[in-house]
Amino acid sequence: MAKIKTLADLKKMKEDLQSKVDVRERSNTPESYVQIKVGMATSGIASGAKEVMDFLIEALEKRNIEAIVTQTGDMGYCFAEPTIEVTKPGEEPIVFGYVDTQKADEIIEKYIKLGELVEGIIPVNYQVIDEDK
Amino acid sequence: MYLLVCGGTGCRASESESIVENFKQELENKGLQDEVQVVTTGCFGFCEKGPIVKVQPDNTFYVQVKPEDIPEIIEEHVIKGRKVERLLYEDPEKKEHISDSKHMDFYKKQIRIALRNCGFIDPENLDEYIARDGYLALGKCITELKPADVINEIKESGLRGRGGGGFPTGLKWEIASQNHADQKYVVCNADEGDPGAFMDRSILEGDPHAVLEAMAICGYSMGATKGLIYIRAEYPLAIKRLKIAIDQAREYGLLGENIFGTDFSFDVELRYGAGAFVCGEETSLIHSMEGLRGEPTIKPPFPAEKGYLGKPTNVNNVETYANIPVIINKGANWFNKIGTEKSKGTKVFALAGKINNVGLIEVPMGTTLREVIFEIGGGIKDGKKFKAVQTGGPSGGCLTEKDLDTPIDFDNLLAAGSMMGSGGMIVMDEDDCMVSVAKFYLDFTVEESCGKCSPCRIGNKRLYEVLDRITQGKGTMEDLQRLRNMSNVIKDTSLCGLGQTSPNPVLSTLDNFWDEYVAHIEEQKCPAGQCKDLMKYEIIEENCVGCTACARVCPVGAISGERKQTHNIDTSICIKCGACIEKCKFDAIIVK
Repeated sequence: MAKIKTLADLKKMKEDLQSKVDVRERSNTPESYVQIKVGMATSGIASGAKEVMDFLIEALEKRNIEAIVTQTGDMGYCFAEPTIEVTKPGEEPIVFGYVDTQKADEIIEKYIKLGELVEGIIPVNYQVIDEDK
Repeated sequence: MYLLVCGGTGCRASESESIVENFKQELENKGLQDEVQVVTTGCFGFCEKGPIVKVQPDNTFYVQVKPEDIPEIIEEHVIKGRKVERLLYEDPEKKEHISDSKHMDFYKKQIRIALRNCGFIDPENLDEYIARDGYLALGKCITELKPADVINEIKESGLRGRGGGGFPTGLKWEIASQNHADQKYVVCNADEGDPGAFMDRSILEGDPHAVLEAMAICGYSMGATKGLIYIRAEYPLAIKRLKIAIDQAREYGLLGENIFGTDFSFDVELRYGAGAFVCGEETSLIHSMEGLRGEPTIKPPFPAEKGYLGKPTNVNNVETYANIPVIINKGANWFNKIGTEKSKGTKVFALAGKINNVGLIEVPMGTTLREVIFEIGGGIKDGKKFKAVQTGGPSGGCLTEKDLDTPIDFDNLLAAGSMMGSGGMIVMDEDDCMVSVAKFYLDFTVEESCGKCSPCRIGNKRLYEVLDRITQGKGTMEDLQRLRNMSNVIKDTSLCGLGQTSPNPVLSTLDNFWDEYVAHIEEQKCPAGQCKDLMKYEIIEENCVGCTACARVCPVGAISGERKQTHNIDTSICIKCGACIEKCKFDAIIVK
């Protein structure tokens, strides 16, 4: 990756990266990906987030579902660890709590494949600061 | 269509389970079970108005739903598409019904500034940070603003140090910028040591670049080219992610020589602490980084004049830094509209203890303890009664029922006899003995005192001994006066912040829970039933059938009595192991 030499470089890079993310989130085409973020702070890992992440990567591949599984930091719901956030193309992200491998399997089979909600949803209860504005 | 029913502990206590049952039953009656799905969710964080039912996709939010309301919701909303007005949330000020949760004030209780990226981005991927405005603030500062402008912006924002003291950050930067030297240092204090606090760790694990960016901004404003992060070795994951972040930033040219093509250079290194609590104090921290014993020295000179290696040094805490890029990007005037008059912005709290939603929250300054504990925190575990909340860790105090409606900010907490500290909040219920709580914190301070000054080294030990005596039922009323006197002397004469604040848990529990201390001394009783030495096992005559089960299980033979006659416990022999209670089928043995 090229170095960032000026502020303009950074801004350009930001726009490129953002549009990539936007395409991924907004498009509803079959080739777009499901995005899964796994909360992998110390508390998440201690309650088994790593196993869940490994399981998700493996299971999604085996079942031929195009998905991107990434790690992220503490979502704040330590009482419900491990937590994962699933974003289906064109839809609002949904956070699931108390996710063990069995629950992860259910999320893949029911929510990702069929669009059915499953137990364990954690409602978002905070405001984010609007970027850009 | 979905019917989301809150399954948080609070709502479950108010019958959310039977709501789910009723929904399922009613849907089946109407033959709608295939079209409408009922899902139990985690806590909505609005327990005061629970149980909550949310209808999707139209986002209708019903509050205080009772099992008998279900047929109406199905009949009206699900079948006829008409909202059930009387169950909608009513805006307390406008007295209007609001159906969409997105318009509810309640959802404005938490604002994530310091935690903006935590749980959103992959902390090991710099691209994701850049996509969310990462390093834009640094770019803006070094290419468009003069160092003095940056400092002014931070001063204007009203940001105060989040590590505990609440010193104005902009002023700190300004002092450091005015001291000239061939080398200056920017230090990040990541030596989070309060029991129950984990916000700094979470920020470093979830958004390490925010801290690096802010340190570079600070370096630019005060004329420093070196940054050091003092982090405890007990945080291996935070260290790993920081190392990755530093490498990536160097690779992209966001740390190192000539950043953004300017002549500003800045780099960051890590320094590990061995986990001594006193090293959270600036001067101790600096000595520890220099390879010396982690002991405080008298201020002045302040680190801003003579800090690391005798050079001007600015020390800020992790959360303080995490706020900086946002202030630069959105402007001081955006930031200083959040919070109270003297405490601007938000504060991250780590909720722990006997609270349902243990976790990390970020609320604007001025939010009340009640909102934090009973709404966002979901209330007390197992429906027990709230007793106290401890803020500020071992330096803070216990706040009680009467303080619940106090808006949280630096000054109000101090006035109430506690302090902000780094933001740990430990919630206690009716089963917690406040004398034991004070003893727990003193045990911690005695362990963590560096031993340099006598008030802290000897005084805290004596405080601990008196508290220990009281919990054993050997205290006297004079001891209470002694505790107060010693506490005041320790506070007044200790060298650093550790000793100056360590008696706070004792003083605040004496103020708020005097009766509990007296009960330990005069009645030899622990009202919360926690102090083992004061417990007494007794047999209730009416319930005892003389089955001898308890006598047979007692390991020390303290229970005597003839078969089919009331038994007796000899409390002088009893070791309070509780084996008899477990065995008794007639609830005939109680602990007093």
